[in-house]
Amino acid sequence: MSSRDEILSRLRGAGRVPEALPDVPLFDENLPPALDQFKTALARMGGQWVDAPADGLDAWLAQRFANAKVICSAVPETAGTLQVHTVTDPRSLENVDVGIVRARFAVAETGSVWLSEAEYGVNALGYLAQHLVVLLDPAVILPNLHHAYRQAAFSQARYCALVTGPSATADIEGVLIRGAQGVRTLTVVGMRGDFLGVGGGVA
Amino acid sequence: MANDIFTDKKVDHVKGSRQFIADEPHIAFHDKRLWTLRDLRDKEAHGIAEWEQLRELASAIKSHTLTHLADYLEEFERNATANGVTVHWAKDAAEHNRIVHEILSARGVDTLVKSKSMLTEECNMRPYLQDRGMTVVETDLGERIQQLDDEPPSHIVVPAVHKLAKDVAEVFAETIGTDRSNADPHYLAEGMRQDTRPYFIKAGAGMTGCNFAVAETGTVVTCTNEGNADLSGNVPPLYIASIGIEKLIPKMEHLGVFIRMLSRSALGSPITQYTSHFRAPRAGGESHFILVDNGRSERLAMDDFWYSLKCIRCGACMNTCPVYRRSGGLSYGGVYAGPIGAIINPTFDLKKYSALPFASTLNGSCSNVCPVKINIHEQIYKWRQIVVEQGQVSFVKKESMKLAGKVLADPKRYRAWSSGAGKAMASLPRAFLYNPFNAWGKQRELPEPPGQTFHQWYAANRKPEQET
Amino acid sequence: MKVALFIPCFIDAFFPEVGIATLELLEKTGCSVVYPFDQTCCGQPMGNSGCEADARGAEALFVKNFADYDYVVSPSGSCVHHVRDHFTAVEQDAATRKVRASTYELVEFLHDVLKITDFPWAEFPHKVGLHNSCGTLRRLGHASPSELNVAPWSKPLDLLRGVKGIEFVTPQRPDECCGFGGTFCVTEEPVSARMGYDKVRDHAGAGAEYIVSADMSCLMHQKGCAERLGMPLRFIHIAQILNGARH
Repeated sequence: MSSRDEILSRLRGAGRVPEALPDVPLFDENLPPALDQFKTALARMGGQWVDAPADGLDAWLAQRFANAKVICSAVPETAGTLQVHTVTDPRSLENVDVGIVRARFAVAETGSVWLSEAEYGVNALGYLAQHLVVLLDPAVILPNLHHAYRQAAFSQARYCALVTGPSATADIEGVLIRGAQGVRTLTVVGMRGDFLGVGGGVA
Repeated sequence: MANDIFTDKKVDHVKGSRQFIADEPHIAFHDKRLWTLRDLRDKEAHGIAEWEQLRELASAIKSHTLTHLADYLEEFERNATANGVTVHWAKDAAEHNRIVHEILSARGVDTLVKSKSMLTEECNMRPYLQDRGMTVVETDLGERIQQLDDEPPSHIVVPAVHKLAKDVAEVFAETIGTDRSNADPHYLAEGMRQDTRPYFIKAGAGMTGCNFAVAETGTVVTCTNEGNADLSGNVPPLYIASIGIEKLIPKMEHLGVFIRMLSRSALGSPITQYTSHFRAPRAGGESHFILVDNGRSERLAMDDFWYSLKCIRCGACMNTCPVYRRSGGLSYGGVYAGPIGAIINPTFDLKKYSALPFASTLNGSCSNVCPVKINIHEQIYKWRQIVVEQGQVSFVKKESMKLAGKVLADPKRYRAWSSGAGKAMASLPRAFLYNPFNAWGKQRELPEPPGQTFHQWYAANRKPEQET
Repeated sequence: MKVALFIPCFIDAFFPEVGIATLELLEKTGCSVVYPFDQTCCGQPMGNSGCEADARGAEALFVKNFADYDYVVSPSGSCVHHVRDHFTAVEQDAATRKVRASTYELVEFLHDVLKITDFPWAEFPHKVGLHNSCGTLRRLGHASPSELNVAPWSKPLDLLRGVKGIEFVTPQRPDECCGFGGTFCVTEEPVSARMGYDKVRDHAGAGAEYIVSADMSCLMHQKGCAERLGMPLRFIHIAQILNGARH
């Protein structure tokens, strides 16, 4: 008998009485305004919120990341110094200073943005870059995780993540450090825009 | 200590805790840090009106899944396979390690980066691969500290919580060349980041554990903070996930319930920085999922203990546990420490872990913080009965309880003892009462013996209902 | 109301004043109190140690002593918890089931059955820290545990608020276990003592002169710790305060 069949038969022979599956409500009554809650949660998780820059995205990038050499863009709003669709090997993103992506949607309750291979172009962009800038249309903020997990996007993406602020650790004496193995900072820029996944390229 | 987890040596929790308590700076920090996490968890739990309802739902979803586990595993396998993932099944730790090694060696991989996984700890995978010439790099900071110090993790969420920054400075100075005199956590964390990054680029494969496996879509979900799981899963061309079969949940929508509670219970944060969903391999990449039993199907058949399979490894029971906080994870001598360790480890090896169910005051706060409502302290009580039935307690303890049972069942013998206990104690010299063999008197004064028992007072002052 | 009094073994042997206070208090509230003379112990020490079989004799004797009463009242939460939740060594016949359902801890009996919250004869002009034992807190429902998201309540506080002059102080960790834990206090001595030390330091830091509790076993442990540390804390059972003790 294969291990698979042995395990399955042992589980079926365990003698457990079947129990019913409960319905999960949406728990979405009396919630605060989505954008306000999103900003509060994002700040708590170490992310920064920026309103759409008046002088345009490129000017803001130049000022905010003055020393950046490599800016890798996965959005039509800016070309950066490198377009993600030209990248074929994720490891070549090792020296990216700033990555720029657009989130498909966000979650107010936790301050999370949703990103998949379509938004990243190359998934590693979200983790090998030193800093991540996420464009977000305030119109696509969902109230809570129950709403989020009812999005079909989860079952269509090969890989997707709810990204909440920058990477962090508190493994040494409980001291909170923003910037563990992944990005050191995460900035969400509130900018209207139709979703334009990079898609097609390597993920 | 580190190497005793995978030996037959009986765990002596008292000895381990005594050593831990003797070191004031470490125990004081450990207790305070974990109490802080419990406190943060409370604030989150009290901030969500439906918190207790979410616990009920999570518990019920897990009950349902565990009582239909074979069906959900088949559904998960079907969907993952259709997504282009290779699914493997491992009966036990040995088979799991063999599968991982075969996948890696068949592709000529010699370096593996991995994020934190209690299951790979359970399987003792790292030494197995290293003995076969592979480089295995833990990329979670706490786990990396423990790897470099050749010690097991002492906590399932914060693996190096028993260490102070100065200890980490020592370990890193010896192993990755940081400045021994610099114990600033920021400096140390940055040192580890710089040391680890090249491995992500160089590694031929990345590995993660699994927090939830969704049957409906064949998805593996990881909940992490450091970004290392997503680097492990997205940079190397090959991805492997180790999945305990109890991690299954039916549908995506159920994640809403669990993700809302996991990090809040663990660390008091609303969510982990990264909640990642690995469904299908990247274009040009390759994914393998290993479904591991390793004792779980036996546990499912245990009427009193199958509930422990609901555990989502949040660590809340450890943070709240007053015994764990004061004895440190290593004193439990197993992969799992604290209350959850006291009920899981004996299922692996009752003899080795027979002391753990007694390392508890049965105070019950563990059951109340558990997001999936495992009746942890009741299971600990039941394990005690089994440990005794199986003859795993000391002769002295067994005999003394037998005698106590006899005395307390017989009013005459009990009166002789109770009226004598106080008198006898009163006449004993202090040196005898407080000798090192007297566990009560080592660090506590004994109660002052009264002139008479309540029973004697009643006989003298009231009219007894019944005469003996 | 007719009440049978159960005085647990360690209170009988070491703290007779708690037994006396319980008896007098119940009489003050108008109960007619019977003390079955052949009583010993409920069996908890054996069950708690995993030696359930050795508890059978004590449990059988308990049933024999108390089967004829509708109310069995005891000033010890952990013993009542054993009778209610773990009293399984003895045969579960009608008499056993009746005893298990009729056994009350003193605070819940006063609060839920007699519904008394005023003690005009009682006055306790001191700063007091309340210690709820874990068994009374989480198994008997004396109060809301801090970790649950539920509307707060506290039966012992409801009673003590009916005592003149009493002032409450709150430690930083109000329902942290003190480390007594039954046989745990000797089998896991290093952790037990450390927990006790932490507990009494927390109470003293809050400014308590007295620690009051419905469980004498926790108080015995904490008192032993405080005395060894040379702390001036004092310890008193809730029955003594409600019965009118001034110090």
